[in-house]
Amino acid sequence: MKRLYLVLAIWAMGFISVFAQSGGELRFCLRSDPKTFNPLLVEDEASETIRYLTGGVLVRVNRITLKAEPDLAASWKVSEGGKRIRFKLREGLKYSDGTPFSAEDVAYTMQQLMDPALHSSTGDSFRSAEGKLATHVVSANEIEIDFPAPVANLVNLFDTVAILSAKSPQKEMAALGPFYVSEHKAGSYLLLKRNPYYWKKDAAGKQLPYLDSIRLDIEQNPEIEAMRYKRGEVHLINTVTPAIFEKLSADSASVRDAGASTDTEQLWFNQVPSAPIPAYKKAWFTSTNFRRAISEAINRNDMARIVYRGHAVPAIGIISPSNKFWFNTDLKPHAYDTSSALRKLQQDGFQLQGDILKDKAGNPVEFSIATNAGNRARESMATMIQQDLKKIGIKVNVVTLDFNSLLERMTQSYNYEACLLGFQNVELDPNSQMAVWLSSADNHQWNPNQKSPATPWEAEIDKLMRAQAASGDEHKRKQYWARVQQIAWEQEPFIYLINKDALVAIAPSVKNAEPSVFRPQAFWNAEMLALAH
Amino acid sequence: MKGVRLVAITVLALTAVTILGAHYLAPAGYEQQFRDIPQAAPSVHHLLGTDDLGRDRWARLLYGMRVSLTLAPLAALFTTVLAGLVGGIAGYFGGWTERCCKLLIDLFLSVPWLFLLITVRAVLPLNVSPEASVTVTFALLGLLGWAASARVICAGAKDLMRSEFIWMARASGFSGLKLVRLHLLPNLRGALLAQFWISIPVFIIAEANLGALGLGVAEPLPSLGSLLRELQDAIMLRPEPWRLLPLAVLIVVISSFQVLLNKQEVRS
Repeated sequence: MKRLYLVLAIWAMGFISVFAQSGGELRFCLRSDPKTFNPLLVEDEASETIRYLTGGVLVRVNRITLKAEPDLAASWKVSEGGKRIRFKLREGLKYSDGTPFSAEDVAYTMQQLMDPALHSSTGDSFRSAEGKLATHVVSANEIEIDFPAPVANLVNLFDTVAILSAKSPQKEMAALGPFYVSEHKAGSYLLLKRNPYYWKKDAAGKQLPYLDSIRLDIEQNPEIEAMRYKRGEVHLINTVTPAIFEKLSADSASVRDAGASTDTEQLWFNQVPSAPIPAYKKAWFTSTNFRRAISEAINRNDMARIVYRGHAVPAIGIISPSNKFWFNTDLKPHAYDTSSALRKLQQDGFQLQGDILKDKAGNPVEFSIATNAGNRARESMATMIQQDLKKIGIKVNVVTLDFNSLLERMTQSYNYEACLLGFQNVELDPNSQMAVWLSSADNHQWNPNQKSPATPWEAEIDKLMRAQAASGDEHKRKQYWARVQQIAWEQEPFIYLINKDALVAIAPSVKNAEPSVFRPQAFWNAEMLALAH
Repeated sequence: MKGVRLVAITVLALTAVTILGAHYLAPAGYEQQFRDIPQAAPSVHHLLGTDDLGRDRWARLLYGMRVSLTLAPLAALFTTVLAGLVGGIAGYFGGWTERCCKLLIDLFLSVPWLFLLITVRAVLPLNVSPEASVTVTFALLGLLGWAASARVICAGAKDLMRSEFIWMARASGFSGLKLVRLHLLPNLRGALLAQFWISIPVFIIAEANLGALGLGVAEPLPSLGSLLRELQDAIMLRPEPWRLLPLAVLIVVISSFQVLLNKQEVRS
């Protein structure tokens, strides 16, 4: 009899354990309504979240191991030096509305994605050269895609391509991912329900996702979001500010610092020849010594400790040290050394007269740093730079502008002197930074759209960037990128300041959470998340 | 009532002393960053603790009061004079003059000033000192904030023009400036003063909001508005109640002015 009780008890515990892995509604907040539900047109963070949770992709990059894992595609093969990829798809899959999935859908999605008329930024990542993409449906479960030129990081790029249905009457709302959009009340909330046809199963053979639904409330104010988290009204916060992190931590709420992210914050000087700023200032800004001196006079450690309350690391260069494969480990952190900064300035004829630094023509060194209004961290960093540079006799005026005015100055009128902004590096492969580092690129912020490279080092970067984009050999690409990082470290067109940590808040009731430093940090394994009852 | 008035006078006197003597009363410059002790709690060295960058909150409050309690009343005075002129002219003359003035008032009330202010900031040169930036901000607020007050003054002036004592004054040969100086202005004084006092906190708060748009007091200069912006971190307030002091100062100073104003009104 005792043995029977024991068996029953074990069975009951097992049942409770399985039950605890199922059901429930996970709740968290989005900062705004998604601008689109078309996964091919995603540009904002809210739309990106919806794409991640609802879109089925051929390949999913594991946010912990950073390895590409089979998703809708059971296997793939890259050939022709990175120009061709052949996918073998899983059989018998269906969209959330029951429409069958086949290679025709992949062909349809890729043709849509690469249509220049669509202006898809996701599609831009695949555009390594002029020419058309060709898709060849080998069978219902096999497809071959040919690109006009080799595409760097080809496999991982498919992580952002949600496969649309060519036949479903629901168009882009038919989902192959773990959830589908069930309700949307603009400005209020979105309800995502469990996709009954989702293909993935757990180790025990149970169909995923565990959750019944995800409710995404639209909440612009991070303070209110934090209070709702404390009250248990939402289960997670994907990106927590350092101040809120500290407060929640002090209140014993569950928060986690996943480590340094790939996001960067940087300062740069306007080096556009036609910029409406005095010629003597242009001469300062184009001088490598001047830029390196400014870099050395900025105390990045203080910035990370004070502005980010220790939840950031001083930046070394283009690539964050957390991006282990691509980071050039030979690079050392920029030293904080005001004496060395002054020596570099003296090499260019600058002289410290009393408390004021003057150039060789006697002009006092004064410039403005523009940043976007409303971003407290950037305003604080600019104020710290103001104080740091005062120590070497430089007067800095901090100017906060609304983002559109700032963008207009950065990209149209070039009427600014220095700018402090950040980059969110969603892609781990640095090829995504082609639009920044090519001298002809729009986003080559310090001197964009150059007809020919303005400096020898920019010419060398152009050459290296093109070489890495055309190569299918990862190790060669790594070498090219190491050199690009070295040049950027020496020339400092961008003075990299810090890499922020990925801070998340996840309630203890959320099971299987495994926060990553890469987006989407807290819910990258959404299909595995479960709520404890 | 006498005691309340005494308290109000004391508060205002103390405010004036602290504003004028900020340089001597502050333990450090408002911009000095004590980077080893950011967000410190109140102590002997830092009476109100330090802010996120380690700057002495007490010093920033003193200098912030100097900036805001000097420039906001000036802007309020400017706006009240404009409101008095437009509203007074409309109410005094009536007819088509009133219609024209009201059209101007409606125009000023309907223009989206927020976008205009953003445009103004966008065209201003970037290398502007914080002092110049704050002066431009309050000048703009004074220039743009008169329309609502002008409506009130217009209504008051119109009522007065229909009152018996004005008719009697006119019958006795009073007209023009004499009528305005001896009868209209003294009777509009209450409304004008009320508009003046209302405008001060409105401008201080407006300056804080403009700061979020990049048009306001530039770092490192403090203002009551920029200190009030720190209250956006509502989640922090419970453990750090001293951060509410700028708000308390604003309420106490404005209330003290109004206590004195009411007393004078009762007398008049």
